Amino acid sequence: MADVITYRDAVAEGIAREMRRDASVVCLGEDIAAAGGVFKTTTGLLEEFGPGRVWDTPISEQAIVGAAMGAAMTGMRPVAEIMFSDFLACCWDYLANEIPKVRYMTGGQVTVPLVVRTANGGGLGFGAQHSQATENWALTVPGLKIAAPATPADVVGMLAAAIRSDDPVVFFEHKGLFATKGPPPPPGHVVELGRAAVVREGADVTLVALASTVPLPLKAAGVLAGEGIEAEVVDLRCLVPLDAATVLASLGRTSRLVTVEENPYQGGWGATVVSVVADEGFTLLDAPVRRVAGECVPLPFADSLEEQVIPTVDKIVTEVRRLAAY
Amino acid sequence: MDATALLDRYERMNVIRRTEKAAHDLFLQGLVKGTTHLAAGQEAIAVGASAALRPDDYVFATYRGHHHALARGATPEECLAELMSRATGLCKAKGGSMHLTKAATGMLGSYAIVGSHLPMAVGAAWSARLRGTEQLAVAFFGDGATNIGAFHESLNLAAVWKLPVLFVCENNLYMEYTPIADVTAVPRPAADRAPAHGIPGEVVDGNDVVAVEEAVGRLARRARAGDGPSVLEAETYRHFGHSRADPAAYRPAEEVERWLKHDPLDLARGRLAELGVGEETVAGADERARAVVERAVEAAKAAPPPDPREALTDVWADGGAAWRT
Repeated sequence: MADVITYRDAVAEGIAREMRRDASVVCLGEDIAAAGGVFKTTTGLLEEFGPGRVWDTPISEQAIVGAAMGAAMTGMRPVAEIMFSDFLACCWDYLANEIPKVRYMTGGQVTVPLVVRTANGGGLGFGAQHSQATENWALTVPGLKIAAPATPADVVGMLAAAIRSDDPVVFFEHKGLFATKGPPPPPGHVVELGRAAVVREGADVTLVALASTVPLPLKAAGVLAGEGIEAEVVDLRCLVPLDAATVLASLGRTSRLVTVEENPYQGGWGATVVSVVADEGFTLLDAPVRRVAGECVPLPFADSLEEQVIPTVDKIVTEVRRLAAY
Repeated sequence: MDATALLDRYERMNVIRRTEKAAHDLFLQGLVKGTTHLAAGQEAIAVGASAALRPDDYVFATYRGHHHALARGATPEECLAELMSRATGLCKAKGGSMHLTKAATGMLGSYAIVGSHLPMAVGAAWSARLRGTEQLAVAFFGDGATNIGAFHESLNLAAVWKLPVLFVCENNLYMEYTPIADVTAVPRPAADRAPAHGIPGEVVDGNDVVAVEEAVGRLARRARAGDGPSVLEAETYRHFGHSRADPAAYRPAEEVERWLKHDPLDLARGRLAELGVGEETVAGADERARAVVERAVEAAKAAPPPDPREALTDVWADGGAAWRT
């Protein structure tokens, strides 16, 4: 394997690894077979596994996710692609009412081991209906696990865990990360769902991030280090299960907290993290908490406008400076 | 159908009718909370279809699904216990009337978002194809479901993938409180639309258990032979309103009278007489059904409520509900 792998190629690699080890893993989605996916994240799967395991669907998001659910209930491990995460709204009934509830409302009779993969987030100028960070939608629903990797190795390792999970997982791949590169994952690489990673150690402030927002605090930390502020960066990796223990432990070292999320401040996951900290870690804090989040507007088209409404390195640096001076 | 088989179907329908009557009475006694959507009058569809299916076929039903759960292996006792919020309920009292499910016998759920289960049945049929089992998936749905998007997405996907799935519409003429004809551009809301998706659409008398069993059997053989999905529209009528809140005063008296005279149990009794089955034999089936349901009511009443701790189990496959590690 090459010295580096792109996040984009890691998606296909992660799916292929699971399809090789488990014949019950099958893929379905729009343009995923011969076309290799609109983001080229399923390239090579049709060639290796054939049309019996890689299925092109019509533009029918309800049927894609509903059929994946029915297949998952009857012995398969489907991996469904919803092309852009904005389109999750088209099959929201399945994500809000059907998939996460069926185990509970049948008294534990039914297991739904499926993965819904989707390309999330902004930064590429796709406009308001192809750019949202929607992980907070899923966070409102008990019964869905939510994974959002930030690195190619995590893509592979977390896909392995998601596909092997007996619970339904919504897997957010970030559009802005597809071209990024990183070390390739070793054979058999599995990253357990619900394990956050401390990706930079520091003693002055904890920056909690997810997927696209992980590189931003890492860059911000570089700037801040030049000013004598050492930031610790926690990559949550998953929203459910939420690794609050790692956040609280980090806070125990730094006593200051900033969450960095791309979804809108209104209803964003940062609010949940902050509420857990307020509940259980209030005495660890030496300063107010801050949330860097998306603005509460639809995503605009122009780069200069989009930059105004999603998190940036500058916005993070500004918030940390204010906290450090508190 | 011979007399023995028909007597069996008759007794099964009788158990369902009496269970529905019990559910109605228990609701009036304050022992069933929430609401119920009774299927009294529609028993022939569940019993006829189930008799034509293999035990390992998959069935998906709607919030009006008591009859399907009972026809596919759930007992009156576990169904009534579920309605009465007892620990012995089919779904441990976590589902209720609208979600009766018995996965062990292929009754893969009752879904209360109209039409949502049609894609699931397509997926179960896809799964059967992938595993090479020749199992069939059946989605039972009401006429109201034919106007949602998932109906069309499901028919198209099942057709284009040529899957062994059977879409059985129970057309009871009313979309909740509104005549289906008032809100639908074609007279047969399911069957008329099937050809637009490249699949056959048939109509059957849904109150005639013999006709339903024959039609489902034929379409099931077709699907198992690899010839793909089909739609069966079964014409029927509910004896009660849409739900417990609905006295169904909007239905014309002569329409109600006409349909009550076309009762599935009466039809089956008439056919049994034609086959030479004596009245005492039929009365024996009635008595067995009565006894089964009476015992079920007593057993359900005697069952304990669920352990409150059960509220926080069964979200995840490990049995728990923790959202944090």
